[in-house]
Amino acid sequence: MVSLSVNGKAHDIDVDPDTPLLWVLREQLGLTGTKYGCGIAACGSCTVHVDGEAVRSCAMPVSAMEGKKVVTIEGLAVDGVLHRVQQAWVDLDVPQCGYCQAGMIMAVAALLNATPKPTDAQIDEAITNVCRCGTYPRVRAGIHHAAANA
Amino acid sequence: MTYMPQLDRRSFLAGSAAAGFSFGFAIPSSGDALAQGAASGGAAPEVNAWVVIRPDDTVVIRIARSEMGQGTLTGLAQLVAEELECDWSKVTTEFPTPGQNVARNRVWGDFSTGGSRGIRESHDYVRKGGAAARMMLIEATAREWKVPAAECKAENSVITHAPSGRSIRYGQVAAAAAKIEPPKDVKLKDPKDWKIAGKPLKRLDTADKVVGKMVYGIDVKLPGMLSAAILDCPVFGGKLKSFDAAAIQSMKGVRKVVPVDDTAVAVIADTWWQAKTALEKLPVVWDEGANGKVQQADIDKMLAGGLDAEQAFVGNQNGDVKAALAGAARKIEAVYSYPYQHHVTMEPLNATAVYAAERCEVWTSTQNGEAALAAVIAASGLPADKCEVHKTFLGTGFGRRGRSDYVDQAVKIAKQMPGTPIKLLWSREEDMAHGSYHPITQCRLTAGLDDKGNLSALHMRISGQSILAGLFASRLAGGKDPAVFQGLNASGETSLGYSVDNLLIDHAMRNPHVPPGFWRGVNVNQNAIYVECFIDELAHATGQDPLAFRLELMDKHPKNRAVLQAVADRAGWGKPAPAGVHRGIAHFMGFGSYVAAVSEVSLSGDGKLKIHRIVAATDPGHAVNPAQIERQIEGSFVYGLSALIYGECTVKDGRMEQLNFDTYEVMRLREMPKVESIIMPSGGFWGGVGEPTICVAAPSVLNAIFAATGKRFRTFPLKNHGISMA
Repeated sequence: MVSLSVNGKAHDIDVDPDTPLLWVLREQLGLTGTKYGCGIAACGSCTVHVDGEAVRSCAMPVSAMEGKKVVTIEGLAVDGVLHRVQQAWVDLDVPQCGYCQAGMIMAVAALLNATPKPTDAQIDEAITNVCRCGTYPRVRAGIHHAAANA
Repeated sequence: MTYMPQLDRRSFLAGSAAAGFSFGFAIPSSGDALAQGAASGGAAPEVNAWVVIRPDDTVVIRIARSEMGQGTLTGLAQLVAEELECDWSKVTTEFPTPGQNVARNRVWGDFSTGGSRGIRESHDYVRKGGAAARMMLIEATAREWKVPAAECKAENSVITHAPSGRSIRYGQVAAAAAKIEPPKDVKLKDPKDWKIAGKPLKRLDTADKVVGKMVYGIDVKLPGMLSAAILDCPVFGGKLKSFDAAAIQSMKGVRKVVPVDDTAVAVIADTWWQAKTALEKLPVVWDEGANGKVQQADIDKMLAGGLDAEQAFVGNQNGDVKAALAGAARKIEAVYSYPYQHHVTMEPLNATAVYAAERCEVWTSTQNGEAALAAVIAASGLPADKCEVHKTFLGTGFGRRGRSDYVDQAVKIAKQMPGTPIKLLWSREEDMAHGSYHPITQCRLTAGLDDKGNLSALHMRISGQSILAGLFASRLAGGKDPAVFQGLNASGETSLGYSVDNLLIDHAMRNPHVPPGFWRGVNVNQNAIYVECFIDELAHATGQDPLAFRLELMDKHPKNRAVLQAVADRAGWGKPAPAGVHRGIAHFMGFGSYVAAVSEVSLSGDGKLKIHRIVAATDPGHAVNPAQIERQIEGSFVYGLSALIYGECTVKDGRMEQLNFDTYEVMRLREMPKVESIIMPSGGFWGGVGEPTICVAAPSVLNAIFAATGKRFRTFPLKNHGISMA
């Protein structure tokens, strides 16, 4: 049994403690907004927040989440109001297929928490998620747009 | 490519599919497309196959093509809405099912979504669908008001009759319109009068994507569903000899271990993680066969043999190359090669199937719903009227999801546990081990030049793999694969933009055991490198400006010239670049569109490549949504440059060596150059958008690298030459 908080809700989950957080979110909790892309923490599709930090959930055992606060893409908007990163993504029409974008948005939201007005160089360093559609120019513009709307 | 499922249409129509049969499973809502299904006609009758208007004025536009990020869902809706004269803010979309298409005599046309054909091959009939619906709405109103239809005008979902000052909303008249006989003579607007189409409108499918609600195939959930992980023989063509199910049977969650055909084994478990974990512990014995001994060097040697082979299929020919080369003042020769590459769709392949003795249904992300349906029919062994496919959004496709191998497997697994829905998901490693790889080729180019440096003869010998031979041998023309010559043809939608008096382009087909497939951009990608880098070589070898040298050969190719000149002008070709920065240029034609690019790069002594700026032009004939075209152009550079810098799959002991992003790197945000797009639709034709630009990414950068360093790279990816991104 593993106890963790996801999107403000406490859960006790009967699962092998080695199971990656990603699969507990998707399969035990039904939160499928967080995506599987590689399973080796290389692509970032599975990015969530753990105590406010961006974490690649596909290679993070759920047992390490004991007592921690997990936020997923489904929990980013508060009371139906989009987070400013989500709003920027809508304003600038950032996603193409959208599959990587939940992880991208979570990574960007964590970046803006730590660095409210990131420079291009800081964005380059922090945002290493893979997007195969190639939304990178729009992602960069979206980050600046969201930062300006803080 | 057009696939037609082999269906007995009469039995299909008589069956329950025509009435929208289903197991009755509801899957999580993702806007109208999935929540309503194409059965929304039940609540509000369809005006015609393309348009449903609800009493609240919501306009539901049916989209037959798949949406994988390329944006055609929005573009196609714009084309229908333009002719329908509806309120764009009330537009939503849904996917009809392949089963419904077959049952209705393919009223929605082709579902296959590849070859950048989504819009260019359906614009005519979808616009006619919108126009016919508008005419029926007006006719129904005119009858109601007892006035001539010609006196009524439709605009923004409202019909008005000026003489009497009356007006009515579409939602109020849609039910009556549904009963009107469809018009026979439908006229389309002149694109210059477009108000919705041709405009840079935002996508219709963004809202769900930013909150994690969009449903891709991997997200499908059905009551009582189990999950399956699969392992196919890692050696292509190898067989499954045996497996020891007892060794993992007691692992938590494991329900069943099943063979799939004679090549693969799958574990079915309560969750996919349990299935995957158990599969990794399953003892499996393979019969790798002779292919298990094949190494990359064997394949390279096989292709090299084709460069000198006597026999080759001719793709494009004029004049007498042999004589012209023999008599040329100067001969220049170069050999290029292009590796295997993997699609790496962001969403790994998956399909969810339910099989019972009476029916079989599948939910999946597919680029070709009808091919998926054909696969379900074949794998289930059930009649067509007992099968159905439900399409979801795709986490990219890039051509890989045009194949239905994963659908076939899902049905064969579900068949071994009747009545239970089973979601088959490939691990990333399984995905990369069993791709439909970008075909491998080599190319020898031999040019003859006269004493003034004019190109008098060109022989281009391609040796290597045929996609059609691997996927649809029946489409070979007397053994020849016409698709090999994409971008090199004498005429048509992928023709060569140069006139050379003595020309021979031929192909020695060499098919290794690795399965090839359509890979975004397909054969245009390497053909553009071969032609555009070699032309650059000729210009430099004869001391001519690469742009001027090209233009000399392009008198008969005004549209190619126009895009080339456009990028040259915008980039400032001929004027000094910033210090340390060098330019390269390339153009090509693919998928009906003309594209060109100038890249500006610098390369440090230790191999750090920086791409500072790319100017790209495209003439797709008509630009249905310029904002989305810009995004496709930008994305094309990410795809094309990822391939150039990193993309390579190599064979060892008959299997692929690269199995995840750690060994198959792709471009990240920090490597993304600034891209300036020039969208210059010249009208009169419909070209594709999703793929053409990819092919100018690599040659424009390679030519810039030559300008910077004097080094000509002819094998790829660049990482093998010690080059990395700054």
